[in-house]
Order: sequence, then C-alpha cells, then structure tokens
Amino acid sequence: MGAGHSHPLHLPGASPLHRMPSEVKIVAALAFVVSVVATPREAIWAFGLYALLLAGVAATARVPAGWLATRGLIETPFVVLAVVLPFLEGGPHVHVAGLSLSEPGLWAGWNIVAKGTLGVFASLLLAATTNGRDLLLGLQRLRTPAPIVQIATFMLRYADVIIGNARAMRIARLSRCHDPRFLWQVRAFATSIGSLFLRSYERGERVYVAMLSRGYTGALPMGATARPPARQWATALTIPAAAAAVSVTAWLTT
Amino acid sequence: MEGVAFAYPDGRQALFGVDLTLKRGERVALLGPNGAGKTTLVLHLNGIHLAGAGSVTVAGLPVAKENLTEIRRRVGIVFQDPDDQLFMPSVAEDVAFGPANLGLRGAALHERVTEALTAVGMQEFADRAPHHLSFGQRRRVAVATVLAMRPEILVLDEPSSNLDPASRRELAQILQSLDVTLLMVTHDLPYALELCPRSVLMDGGVIVADAPTPQLLMDAELMREHRLELPYGFNPSVAL
Repeated sequence: MGAGHSHPLHLPGASPLHRMPSEVKIVAALAFVVSVVATPREAIWAFGLYALLLAGVAATARVPAGWLATRGLIETPFVVLAVVLPFLEGGPHVHVAGLSLSEPGLWAGWNIVAKGTLGVFASLLLAATTNGRDLLLGLQRLRTPAPIVQIATFMLRYADVIIGNARAMRIARLSRCHDPRFLWQVRAFATSIGSLFLRSYERGERVYVAMLSRGYTGALPMGATARPPARQWATALTIPAAAAAVSVTAWLTT
Repeated sequence: MEGVAFAYPDGRQALFGVDLTLKRGERVALLGPNGAGKTTLVLHLNGIHLAGAGSVTVAGLPVAKENLTEIRRRVGIVFQDPDDQLFMPSVAEDVAFGPANLGLRGAALHERVTEALTAVGMQEFADRAPHHLSFGQRRRVAVATVLAMRPEILVLDEPSSNLDPASRRELAQILQSLDVTLLMVTHDLPYALELCPRSVLMDGGVIVADAPTPQLLMDAELMREHRLELPYGFNPSVAL
C-alpha cells in the first residue's frame, strides 16, 4: 500500500500524441472504432489499411510494437472464441489442411479477430498516450454524464487499493501453507473473493461518509474547462476521417 | 454535547447519554477501549449520525439537518484510513474537494489548497496521485483536505496509527502548530500526553472520566478498569 507506480497501460512520453488534449484523443479513438466496426467483413484490404493507420499512430507516439503486443494479449479470450467458431457453425464447409471448417464460421471468426484486434490496439494507444487523470478530465469536458465520470474516478483511485488488499490476502493464505492445485481446493480462494467484496463494500461506505463530512452533495467539482484549439481537433480527426473513407469505400466496392 | 444517546438501526445502542463540552482552542484526547463508542461519538459532531436523544451544538449552532453544510465546514474530521479520505486522482484535487463543496472557485480555491498543503508541508506533492505517496504523507494530505475547509474543530481518528516514529513526530509538530480546537481519538497514550492537556475517557457508551491527561494516565486503577495500558517502560510523570 506504499508508494505505487504509474499505470501499466500508460507509457509516459512527450510525443505530439501525448501532448494532445485527452478529449480530442477520446473522440478520435471512438470514431476510428466505429468506422472499423461498420466495415463489411468481406473487405479484407480495408482492415489492412486500418492496421497501417494504427501503426502510423503508434510510430508517431513512439509506442514500441512489443509493448503493445504484450498488452494486446488481453484479447486472447475473444480470439479463442473466434478460433472455435469455424468448428461449431453450420452452413457450407470448406476443407483446409484436412479439416472441415464452416464457411460462415470462418467469416464470423475473422470478423471478431480483425475488428476486436483493431479496437484493442486503438484503445491501447489511447491509454498509452493519456494518463488516467487526463482521461477523466477529457470525459468530463466531453460532458459525459457525471455519474459515469464519478464511477470511473473511483475505479481509477481504488483499483490499486483493492488489488493491494487482494495481494495481502493471498500472501496471508500462502503464509498458512495454502497451496491450491486442484479445483476442489478452490474454496479458500472463493471465500477470499467474497471477503474482498465485503471489505470493498465497507470501504465504499467509509469513503462516502468521509465525502459527506467534507460537504459532498452529489456533484464533484469540475476541473479546468479550457477548449482545445480547432487545429488540434483537425489534426487528430484525420485518422478517423481516413478510417471513415476506407469504410465507405469498402461498402461501395463490396 | 448534552445527553447524547444513539442506537444503530440494528438496535445496538452505542451511546447512553454523553455530556461533553470543548472550549475554543482546547486540545482534548478521547480515550477508551475498542467498542467504547468513540467513533460513533465523533460522527455526531458533524451530523453523520444525528442524536437519538440529547443535542449537539457547535459554536452555538445546533447539529441538525438544516445546518449540515455549515456544521461540516466548522467540524473537520480526519478519518483513520487515509485511503478512505483521499479519493480524487490528485492530491490538489482532493484538497480542493471540501472548499469546492463550500462554493469556492478559481483563485480563492487555489489559495486554499496551497495554504492547507503548506500547513502540512506537502505543497510539493500537489500534482501527485494519492496512491503514489507513503502512508505518512497520505495521512498529512488527509489532514490538509480538512484544513482547507478552515474548520473550527479538527477531529482526528487515530492520527498516529500505522505511522513510523518520524512521521508520528512530524504529524505531532503539525498538529501543535495549528490554531484550532482539537479532538483526538487515540489509543496512543504518550501521543495524548504530548499533544492534549485534557483527556476524556469513554467506555460502554458513556464518559467515565474527564481530567487533565497526566492525572488520568497516572490513575492506575481507572486505567486497568477500562483496559488502558501505558507502553512498557513509559512513565507519564517522567515524560513531563
């Protein structure tokens, strides 16, 4: 619970992307993802162009490919689902390397992997170039509903505290020779999760009482509200604009 | 505070008629074993709990629903765990939270934040995230979050708990430098002796003793009866 470290998803730097106002980056990332999702899955070339755009952004922000790749592993569960689909789906089948695969399943799997991966890397680039606090300020300046910003504020602040609690509980279990190897030994772990939930809930109540004690009435004070210059909006929006152009072309040609 | 009684919604009675008066500028320690009702009593001072019977008045203003904003400005509570108190992404924003709730904005708000952080020697850490600070630094920032509201009464719940000896001493120096009425809930009896000329002893939801701190700590029978013990080798008469 002592001194912490910067967030693992943030890569401090001084690139033009790091310096760009967070609300501009949030809108650009969201618009890019919408364009990607709206692209017909058959337009394989379009996804190649999107990947090139992201690679360009990563290079500008000086985010190393390896750094992105390791954090991109978060997508693995979805990739597993996508790999299974060609075996489970019905419809016409094709034979690849001796395996009979469903054609609609292959397209569905490709759709998930391609769009999911691009979405994950766009989000990772946003997180890499924007620290958590700026993301919150950006959301606030974009007039995101206050309860959502408040929930995100608390998540950002207390995730580390709760992870610290969980780590301390795990060390305490291990110190009493808890060494679960099989599923039926998972009880202590499950009980810890329950206990962690209760502790976090009780902490929530204490935080709320501490907030009330300082005159909280339901709204958090607003941060600075200076508007970013139009030039920065124009620069940032070239990426989603290019993506939108690719998406529209894909629709027209498919 | 006169005849204050309070029961929790589950029926557990925590206070059985508490009478307590703090004079302006006084520093008082609130002592007592675990479960004596100390924290419950503290939460009556700023209207988090409203007395079931009896009344609480702060500088002439009754603690009642219609006065809560002013009461919470006058009574600042520093809670035991700084992680309960510090919830904003940066130290400066957290210190600004209280005065902003009182309606301060812009330069006036900034001035308050600087003033409070300077009082606890944490002005260099204004832009840091609370979880990047040591426990002792977080405790000091927690004190600043309350000082920023310029309270008349500063209430501290276990201020010396979990602090290393140097942080404990530094916090004592800060508290001694403040010009406020101080009520300090603590099990740290040497700390009470060092900072508070007067001590109030609670047990079983009532006040059982109210005396000068040295006199109370040297009453061996009273101390034993209420599960209070001095640290090994500590002698209040020598310490003074």
